[in-house]
Parts: sequence; C-alpha cells; structure tokens
Amino acid sequence: MCLAIPGKVLTSEVHNGIRIGRVQFGGITRETCLDFVPEAAVGDYVIVHVGFAISRVDREEAERSYRVLESMGLLQGELESELESSPPER
Amino acid sequence: MKYLDEYRDEKIARQIVAELARRATRPWVLMEICGGQTHTLVRYGIDEMLPAGIEMIHGPGCPVCVTSLETIDKAIEIASRPGVTLISYGDMLRVPGSHTDLFHVKANGGDVRIVYSPSEALKFARANHSRQVVFFAVGFETTAPANAMAVWQACREGLTNFSMLASHVLVPPAIRALLSSPRNRVQGFVGPGHVCTVMGYREYEELIRDFHIPIVVGGFEPLDLLEAILMLVVQLEEGRAEVENQYVRSVTCEGNLLAQRVLAEVFEVCDRKWRGIGGIPESGLRLREGYADFDADRIFGTEGVTAEEPAECISAEVLQGLKKPTDCSAFGTRCTPENPLGAPMVSSEGACAAYYRYRRHDVALTQIR
Repeated sequence: MCLAIPGKVLTSEVHNGIRIGRVQFGGITRETCLDFVPEAAVGDYVIVHVGFAISRVDREEAERSYRVLESMGLLQGELESELESSPPER
Repeated sequence: MKYLDEYRDEKIARQIVAELARRATRPWVLMEICGGQTHTLVRYGIDEMLPAGIEMIHGPGCPVCVTSLETIDKAIEIASRPGVTLISYGDMLRVPGSHTDLFHVKANGGDVRIVYSPSEALKFARANHSRQVVFFAVGFETTAPANAMAVWQACREGLTNFSMLASHVLVPPAIRALLSSPRNRVQGFVGPGHVCTVMGYREYEELIRDFHIPIVVGGFEPLDLLEAILMLVVQLEEGRAEVENQYVRSVTCEGNLLAQRVLAEVFEVCDRKWRGIGGIPESGLRLREGYADFDADRIFGTEGVTAEEPAECISAEVLQGLKKPTDCSAFGTRCTPENPLGAPMVSSEGACAAYYRYRRHDVALTQIR
C-alpha cells in the first residue's frame, strides 16, 4: 500500500486550483497531483503514491549516497581481481 | 528506470553482506515495519543472503492486513445498499469479512469499483450525482494526505454524494505497542521510508528515548534495505540507539509539511483496533467533526458494527513478528491468495502472500523430503 515509485515530471498545469502533471514511469505516463511538491519542476523526478507526488527526489543526496554504495561494489571488484591474479596461499 | 535499477546491483549487494558479516559479532533480531519492504526482502531473497545470526522478522506495516474485521464488515454492509457505489484500492476486495468479502458483494450485483487514486473516486462522484459514492480509505501516513485531499476538495466543491469510510493507521504507536509487549524480540527497526517521506522522523526520537532501540529509515530497493540493515547492525555493535536516515533521496527530518497540513486539516488522531493485534491507543486517523458530512460511518449508521475475529489462522502472531507464515499449517494449502483465511495472504505486501509467491516451492520441497 505504501508503494511509491519515482517518475519524471513531463508537464505541469493548474486545473481547478490543483496542480496536475503528467509523470513518466518507464514506458507509461500517469496524471499526478503535484500540490504537495511545489518545488518540483518539469524534468525533476518525484516519488508518487496513489496519484500524488509526495517528494521530489533530491538529486544531490541520491548521487552522494549512491557513490557510497558504489564504492563498496568497486572495492569488492578490486578485491576479487586481486584474489584472481595472485596465487592461492597454501 | 532511474532511481530503481541502480539500487538492484548484485555486486554491491554482496559487498554490503560481506561488510555485515565483518561487523556482526553476535546475533541480532531486526524488523522491517513496512509491507513494501517485506515484499522486497522476500522477492530478492535478501533475508536469506544475510550472514547467519541476523534475523529479519516482518512487521505489521500492511494496511490491508491490519484493517479491522468490523471495518471490513462495515464496508460490506454499505456496499450492499442500493444506490451506493463503494470505491476502494484493489486489495481490499478479497479481504475476508465475518461472512463474505467485497468481491462477492460485487459478484452479487453490488457496485464495487477499484481505483488507483482517490482522485478517480472523486471524479466518479462528480459525474454520477445519482449515486452515493463511498471511498474506502485505508492506509498509513503515506496514503492519508491523498485521501484527505479528496475530502477537502469534495467539501470545497460542495459535493453531497461523496463520503469516506476512513480507517487509517499510524506507524509510531504500532512500534510502541510491539516494543511494550513482553514477547518482543526486536532489537532494531528498519523504518518506513514512504511514511517518513510524509511525516519526517522526529516522532521516532521519542521511541528511542523510551526504549533505547535504533531505527534506520530505509528505502524499498534491495540496496536500500541492505544498507539500512548494515546501519542498524553498526549502531547495535557500537551500543548506539539513534534515528538515522538511509533513504535520503526522499526523506527529510521534517517530512512533507504541505501533505502534513492537509492531513491535519481533515483527520484527527483516534484509538484504533488492528486486525490480529487488537486496540492500540492513538494509532489511527478519523475524519474531524468539521468533515462529519463526509463520514460514511455516520451517514450510513454503521458506527455500532462490531465483529469478533476468528481464531483459525495465525495472522496475529505473523503480524507481530512472532511466527513466520510458513509456520502455519494452513499455509499454501487451505490458505492461498485465491482463498485467503487471513488478511496477510491477500495483499502482495502481506507477509503470507509474499512467502506464497516467492517461497512456497521451498516449503513444498521440505515437506516432500
């Protein structure tokens, strides 16, 4: 129920005082209420739950935290190649 | 898809597991609160990848599963009346009530419809003035602002044929109830990332003061969950108990203030009965007095409906993390998603349904052996 997924804001218009945008998720787009995320502009990614964007994805935080994760993966890769290239210890 | 695929990298996942194995010097019991997180854990087999001794137990964060039997009965009663269109999120249709479910009401001619968003229910009410349109509003803090917005709009437009059967539940009081139980085994929580996207995580600090237990707000992809688990284990090994935020790309300390404002305008905190768990003080949201004209419970006079939960399934223990779905003798045989005995077998976020979808063949093999 608390499933919410990131999508890209394609359009933004105001209807009856409500800000509505078309948001793209992979191959499909959905009409989404953008009233809770006034900071989100066309081109931004938002997290959408039951037709309402509940946050704008913080690009900088996402990149910073992902680099931490990625560095763990890189470390593992280096470790593996090191193990492969060095003769096994007896 | 951006912000999804990169959080499913297997190589990084294995490295986090290796780091967990290095950090953990003793067994730890952790709980993910949210049913969406349970689904990811079981789907990707994350709980089985973890180093021995780190046990994940599954929390009660599935609104479909914890909506009380009497609320289901109320929805069934309202949906059975002539002139009523009951609109709901899809999973609620198969949840067993005391005698039947909404799916059977629909099959017998009741007008029961499924929507993806409460905005669609509102649209239907605008276009069908001859129908009394009732939206069955369940969900945690994540869903409450969207549902509140529908009522707020209906009020603003002066719609007289739209109402809501509201049965929202709140996460922090449920954590408090779990931790207060003498049977509690949980030593750290993966916090619900989307609930905290809306509410922030200030209110979790009170739980930490009272129970000295770490909480890491986590996302929903495999790497999110593994990183949150690692952050919990590091805290536990260092003897710390703090709120930390793993899901920084969506969650801030204050949460979404606009969503909170709409939620507080329309709903107020109330005591709530949870299916399988019982009453928890101040653990729900109901419509405020100012929105009484939109309260289906009052309009249809169902306030007095009560129901006793049958004892045929172990969902109470599953929802409190005391038993695994596979501990149930009815699992996958007398209880399946097509014919559920209990609510956790209905929703894809229910622990039983997740185990049925991804683990039932393992169980079958064990039984054959």
